[in-house]
Amino acid sequence: MIQEVGTTEQGELVINLGPQHPSTHGVLHLVITLSGETIKKVEPHLGYIHRSIEKMCESLSYRQFIYVTSRMDYLSSHINNHGCALCVEKGMQIEVPPRAKVIRVLMDELTRLASHQLWWGAMAMDVGALTPFFHAFREREAINDIMEETCGARLTMNYMVPGGVMADLHPDFQKKVKEFIRFFRTKIDEYDELVTGNVIFKSRMEGIGYLSAESAVSYGCTGPTARGSGVSCDIRKLYPYEVYGQLQFEEVTATGGDCFARYMVRMQEMRQSLSIIEQLIDNIPEGEFQAKTKAVLKLPKGEFYSRVETARGEFGVYIISEGGTTPYRIKFRSPGFSNLSALDHMARGYKIGDLVAIMGTLDLVIPDIDR
Amino acid sequence: MLSIENITHSIDAWLNSMFHPTVVLLVESLIVGICAISLFAVLGLVLVLMERKVSAYMQIRLGPNRVGPGGTLQTVADTLKLAMKEGLTPDGADKFLFNLAPFVVIIVAMLILAPVAFAKGTQIWDLNIGVLYISAVSSLSVIGILMAGWASNNKYSLLGAMRSGAQIVSYELSAGISVISIVVLTGSLRIQDIIASQQDGWWLFKGHIPALLSFVIFIIAVTAETNRAPFDLAEAESELTAGFHTEYSGMKFALFFLAEYVNIFIVCAIAATLYLGGWMPLHIGHWTGFNQVMDYIPSSLWFMGKTFFLIFVIMWFRWTFPRLRIDQLLNLEWKYLLPISMVNLLLMTLIAIEGWHF
Amino acid sequence: MFLKKYISDVFGAVRSLLKGMRLTGYYFTHRKEIITQQYPDNKEEMKLPERFRGEVVMLHDEKNEHACTGCTACELACPNGTIKIITKFDMTPEGKKKKALDTFIYHLELCTMCNLCIEACPTDAIKMAQNFEHSVYDRSELTKKLNKPGSKIREGVE
Repeated sequence: MIQEVGTTEQGELVINLGPQHPSTHGVLHLVITLSGETIKKVEPHLGYIHRSIEKMCESLSYRQFIYVTSRMDYLSSHINNHGCALCVEKGMQIEVPPRAKVIRVLMDELTRLASHQLWWGAMAMDVGALTPFFHAFREREAINDIMEETCGARLTMNYMVPGGVMADLHPDFQKKVKEFIRFFRTKIDEYDELVTGNVIFKSRMEGIGYLSAESAVSYGCTGPTARGSGVSCDIRKLYPYEVYGQLQFEEVTATGGDCFARYMVRMQEMRQSLSIIEQLIDNIPEGEFQAKTKAVLKLPKGEFYSRVETARGEFGVYIISEGGTTPYRIKFRSPGFSNLSALDHMARGYKIGDLVAIMGTLDLVIPDIDR
Repeated sequence: MLSIENITHSIDAWLNSMFHPTVVLLVESLIVGICAISLFAVLGLVLVLMERKVSAYMQIRLGPNRVGPGGTLQTVADTLKLAMKEGLTPDGADKFLFNLAPFVVIIVAMLILAPVAFAKGTQIWDLNIGVLYISAVSSLSVIGILMAGWASNNKYSLLGAMRSGAQIVSYELSAGISVISIVVLTGSLRIQDIIASQQDGWWLFKGHIPALLSFVIFIIAVTAETNRAPFDLAEAESELTAGFHTEYSGMKFALFFLAEYVNIFIVCAIAATLYLGGWMPLHIGHWTGFNQVMDYIPSSLWFMGKTFFLIFVIMWFRWTFPRLRIDQLLNLEWKYLLPISMVNLLLMTLIAIEGWHF
Repeated sequence: MFLKKYISDVFGAVRSLLKGMRLTGYYFTHRKEIITQQYPDNKEEMKLPERFRGEVVMLHDEKNEHACTGCTACELACPNGTIKIITKFDMTPEGKKKKALDTFIYHLELCTMCNLCIEACPTDAIKMAQNFEHSVYDRSELTKKLNKPGSKIREGVE
């Protein structure tokens, strides 16, 4: 592959998009081969923000390693932590109290909303509209304030502990969340007005970056990326964890497979998340928020895997334990990595402006890809 | 009443009484040059501040509010910063063209300033082919952009410049046809004649729907010509980082920036002149009382008000819409704007011949 | 038929654009929607939530006494080696040797505010403070000694 990078045919142009580029949302490096403005090949080069999180986790105890996963997909940090906590609980066979389960799901959905809001703003910015970004941040700020009050931090919350959550909900939590839902219901219609219906935006999105259901599966795409191609892959529906099995919500899928389908899936998911929160916010059971666990956690010898649905797709945690206080080997299956692998397939034949739009709909978080 | 016209006339008379006519011409050219350059600087500062404030309010922010009262000196501070920065020339760049390009762009912007009538009797050069001159000179700015893109020795710059070339060349057409539709109505290319023909009402209102259509097309076309969003493909930030001026820094970058804003001012001034009557006050039919009140507002204020309103509209576009893709941009021109404006021109000619306009 | 579609396309497009412009126009004219906070100016009225994690502090009462027994639970709980506890041996009135805290070293530059040390502390001697402005001119200033000079353990804390 390395020899291939520089070789071009007559009239081809090789461009390095990144590692510092406004639309790669981080330090992604794409080597693009262009013919005029048409993309011939896209080659992602990774490793600019590799922090060897998996190796780091091997020297951390089962309580400690959870916080590191917030630094992977920082936009759905809570859901990442959730996956890790689930895996440890599976190994230790800890029964999580019902209140903790509901709190976890509520926080997951709020995180998902915040992540999708940021994605919406960044997506619009990728296609050239700068105002939506600030509008998205207004709503995201409301969620961050709720998070800050209950979890103590805005982005890397570290609210999960094996056996439940770190602290009980703040007394104002329910009131604030209800306020937020009422507020956001009006604003999400503005989102549609400002961006979704816009003829320029539609023409930038429709029919661009086609990904068939077959290739979505074969590239291992998950989350809204695959659901936009009609692949049913919502872990919350297929392998329900916590209280997702008892909730009424729809798995949003679209059949278009283009950028607009992926966009609409995420927009609908925001509405679904809102309805999940509405179902739960008045039905938080009383009781403990954390199960009684030993001070030092030791997973039994064996292999454990658990997965959750983050805002970007399936997040898997695979732990091999030798019975000690630290994992022997840990592996994270991050959604961004697989989704990025389909980029070359999706972008070929489209224009350079489309590449940016396609990357926007993939909702890439680079630390999640590099780990 | 104190007006710009009186001031210029008294200066002219005083100079003529003191010096030889050739000296007078030289001195007056010098004064005009200084005025134009300082107008440039002031426009740049004001428009950048205006854009930042407009964008801030649309984006539910406050915008610059620290430097000076209400942040009004922010752009001055920015200019000072840019002036202090080192103007880098990248290795492998064509140094002559690279350093020349910003000046070409700014000189073209200055040239178009010549036939613009700022107020009653205030015009640098009232040439009899004013509109044609504007169309001709404004298409020169693409040379500066192509020069910058090529000389930078940067692929992003090159792509941006090529996009800009395709874009400006295409949009020249519909802008030109829109201008012609007004020329058809007035029968003159001279700016003063066009303004004078709007004494009893602006062409936007007098020319029925075709005038409205050509106005909309003109605004779209000049937005594209000045490389403003949603047509800012030449500098598409999320695609080409900064397009043709990626490699520029310091004062050379500031010149591109200044030229962009001055170009906006000029095209809006031309739109105001052609469609909104330039410095002509708003007159409605036989409402003599209303018309007299309107006449009390100085003509320069009328001109500036109209121009800045159009500038605001263009800024409004920029902060609302996503950017088009290059092929869609050309589609819009060749499939929509050009056919519509051609049909529109025919209609306009019919109206002019039959004398259906008010 | 073609012409009809062409015209309706154009009108639909213009309508969608005007919709967006109406929204931005609304925000332009309604200044009350502005959400910016003037940060250093509003420092007085700005209140952070009680649980906000800014930095680790040790609680001292008015008699300059803290509740830290020097058990190093926080040191063990910390994933980044942020906390270093140096212990000493105090003599109790009965003449026995008793382990006590000498210095509680806290490396703010390494801290990720994960709250695990506070969770681990059996005597609630440390807590998270809301101060978030940590910039200093020298990195060494970020290494802090949390127990105040001359402080000693509160009576009755085991």
